[in-house]
Amino acid sequence: MFKQLSEGQADNVEIILNGQSVLVSRGISVAAAALSHQQRFTRTTPVSDSKRAPFCMMGVCYDCLMVIDGKANQQACATYVQQGMRVDNQQGVGPAMENG
Amino acid sequence: MKNHYQLLIIGGGPAGLAAATIAAKDGISCAVLDEQPTLGGQIYRAIESIPEQRAKKLGSEYRRGKNIAEAFRLSDAEYYPNTKVWSLNNQREVGILQNDKASILSADQVIVASGAMERPVPFPGWTLPGVMQAGAGQILYKSAGIVPDNGVVLAGSGPLLLLLAWQYLHAGVEVKALLDVTPLSNHIGALPKFPRALLAHHYLTKGIGYQIALKRAGIPMLFGVSDLRADGDGVCQSVGFKHSGKQKTIESELLLTHFGVIPHIWLTQSAGCKHQWDDSQQCWRPEHDEWGNTDISGILVAGDGAGINGARSAEHAGRLAGLEALFALGVINQSERDNRGVKERKWVRGERHIRPFLEKYYQIPKKLLATDIDETIICRCEEIAAGEIRQAVRDGHDNTNQVKFFTRCGMGPCQGRQCSNAVAHLVADESGKSVKEMGHFRGRPPVAPLTLEQLATLKQEVAE
Amino acid sequence: MNSDVIIIGGGLMGSSIALQLAMRGCQCIVIDKASPGRHSSGVSAGGLRLLNRDPAEIPLSVEASKMWRDITSLVDSDCDARFPGQIRVAENKADMEKLEQRAALVRSLGYEHEEIIGKQELYQLVPALAPHCIGALINRTDGYARPYHALTAFRRKAESLGVKYYPSTEVYNVEKEAEIWSLKTSQGIFSSPILVNCAGAWANKFATSLGEAVPLEQKALMLMVTERLPHFVDPVMGAASRKLSFKQMQNGSLIIGGALVAKLDFAKEKTDIDWAQLAKSADTVISFFPQLKQVRIVRAWAGIEGFMPDNIPVLGQSQTHQNAYHAFGFSAHGFQLSPVIGKIMSQLILDGQAELPIEPFNINRFN
Repeated sequence: MFKQLSEGQADNVEIILNGQSVLVSRGISVAAAALSHQQRFTRTTPVSDSKRAPFCMMGVCYDCLMVIDGKANQQACATYVQQGMRVDNQQGVGPAMENG
Repeated sequence: MKNHYQLLIIGGGPAGLAAATIAAKDGISCAVLDEQPTLGGQIYRAIESIPEQRAKKLGSEYRRGKNIAEAFRLSDAEYYPNTKVWSLNNQREVGILQNDKASILSADQVIVASGAMERPVPFPGWTLPGVMQAGAGQILYKSAGIVPDNGVVLAGSGPLLLLLAWQYLHAGVEVKALLDVTPLSNHIGALPKFPRALLAHHYLTKGIGYQIALKRAGIPMLFGVSDLRADGDGVCQSVGFKHSGKQKTIESELLLTHFGVIPHIWLTQSAGCKHQWDDSQQCWRPEHDEWGNTDISGILVAGDGAGINGARSAEHAGRLAGLEALFALGVINQSERDNRGVKERKWVRGERHIRPFLEKYYQIPKKLLATDIDETIICRCEEIAAGEIRQAVRDGHDNTNQVKFFTRCGMGPCQGRQCSNAVAHLVADESGKSVKEMGHFRGRPPVAPLTLEQLATLKQEVAE
Repeated sequence: MNSDVIIIGGGLMGSSIALQLAMRGCQCIVIDKASPGRHSSGVSAGGLRLLNRDPAEIPLSVEASKMWRDITSLVDSDCDARFPGQIRVAENKADMEKLEQRAALVRSLGYEHEEIIGKQELYQLVPALAPHCIGALINRTDGYARPYHALTAFRRKAESLGVKYYPSTEVYNVEKEAEIWSLKTSQGIFSSPILVNCAGAWANKFATSLGEAVPLEQKALMLMVTERLPHFVDPVMGAASRKLSFKQMQNGSLIIGGALVAKLDFAKEKTDIDWAQLAKSADTVISFFPQLKQVRIVRAWAGIEGFMPDNIPVLGQSQTHQNAYHAFGFSAHGFQLSPVIGKIMSQLILDGQAELPIEPFNINRFN
């Protein structure tokens, strides 16, 4: 759906996106990383199991919730990629209660 | 970080930065709190770190942000990025979250410069992956250099749509179509406002320039489009609409929509500031005077969070609020405030020239604000459809808050940010009353969700 | 406007009384200064709790419990009522003794609904509970309903039987002339031979104008609600010695309360969340359910309620005027009682006596 423009020197970090190792630009949001790596959707809703993806990219819609480093309900548009970060699509409410 | 400041500024966009720059002098304790990792707000996002090549493509209005950021860096204001504000009350106590730790700061003066958000306008298919807000496309471009790779349809109403099309054109993105849903009758309605708009002719020239460039590039621009919808099996695959009486479809996995912007009022609402319905801007905004004072002593507003007037105006309004805060703190006297404010006030008024025209020209038709298609999802979080809201009204729940209690609309994690306006319009439409009478969802804190563990850290804070 | 009975306050109590009176052919008017149920009734936690009631309330609460089981026959809606039981958990021996004493007290009054359960049964009922608890007191028939839905159902049923509601009608003045009550309001004069005061946190204004002021205190109790979660707990949870009260609703979200008081400006009807209190509450919840650490609170609010010094309501006939009645001061636990309050107050008004004992709730007990 989206691609990263090549703008000279690449400065990348490696993240694990839905189990796949991918290189993404340092400093971009997790949502940006997911969208530019062919993730058509990033979660399913707890109400009807419908697919959703980032919508507003500015932290107000809460549709970009993903599981980041095992933590559910993270706003992917307001979380920034780090070397080695594990990012997974969230199913419903996700593992909100499994990391107590 | 102190736990008390003379001046706290919430938001690191043009208004917040300009307010801090003018106020953080002479030993005033002043801090800017911003949820973003970098300063500039949404409009000047990534302004300090952006590669020059990308900044150029984004245009000169964007690059103005560099000066604002530089001036701010030279001021004495403390700056706290990655700081989420989750509460503000009428005692000027500000709940913040940093690194999963909650705390409450207090201040003598608070300037809320919370900026704008895209006006959410529900239409069939707007929850499908691949349908996003135009602002989201711009943020991806500004902050990450990420653009559509398989074409995009742009739809909606307002100057941002043209600007984004122009920016995409320069980035080599295929814009499959620009669908303008502005009713053609708006154009005539806006004519009386045109003479005043001429006073801000640079905006008009810019807009016309974008249109010419897009036309030359052969981008299909369709005006007077209606019945917009996105369709697909679980994700967006095509965009449907009506144009010149004909039903049309464009295959596209990506649709970016824009229906103007509205003030982000969740903080001022939670503080209990008085808000008014602005008929021309079709939104709620906090009541304030020209210095930014709300009806709550010591809480000021500046920038688009106070009412939509654009980034340039925000800068001047920020300075006015900064001066007012200094005056309230006893640092400057009234005549100094007035003298230093003369030019800023003139600028703010000047920036208003174009607005009545734009507001009328790009007014969103009622049929879009209060959809008559019952299946359209209104509350994205709780997945409540328009028909359920209309039914609740027919069952006697005749204001937005009652509809919320009854249907759960607005009770999800976004706390009504995406559905509040649409619910007000639907309830008004169904009950035959005005949106103004319907009221707004009551602000329920926290303004941003907190985990139980994060909230519990506050207990230790207080105990210490 | 004239009617047989005027009820001041259109929350659950006022609506329940209006409904029962209307069922017996009485013409009722309900007036409310704002939108009915705006404060306690519409935004309470919705607990249907017989467990741990004041002994004076037990007879009423037992009857209410039966009525809730069959609430649909009364108001044509189940009000989303569920009955998974309610539990008070003991964390140590002292807690357990306290609960055992309580159970003994209830038995001595002739009731069997409060039972002690041991550790094994507790963890069968609530496997998600932190492992340190040792037992609990339980009422297996308790539960919860959705307050706004209940409020709506009571009101709609009352309206269907001819009760007239006047929202946004503020009462300025109450007078009696020739045995007829006359209320001067923001919407004109209302008169009737019988007056019922169900004004909740505002009730003392009317008690005072009848010459029987009471020590009613206004407080705003806070609740917070979380995002939706997978189903993990059935009973409504409380604790013997800590402020814990929470339940998981049908949609999966948790409602967390525990008698936590918000800052309140009563004159302006403005409440302000006391985050330090909620932080303590969050900490308590986590200590009972550590797996909830990462669960997000999406909303907190406070509703204004009237409290009596002894935490039981004022119910019954005015002691200064015939043909005036009071039902207020439920001290934040009236929701469960609401159906029975309608029943006994209507009996009192129409038959001159109620079928259940209400003497302990007499308004003159503070004299």
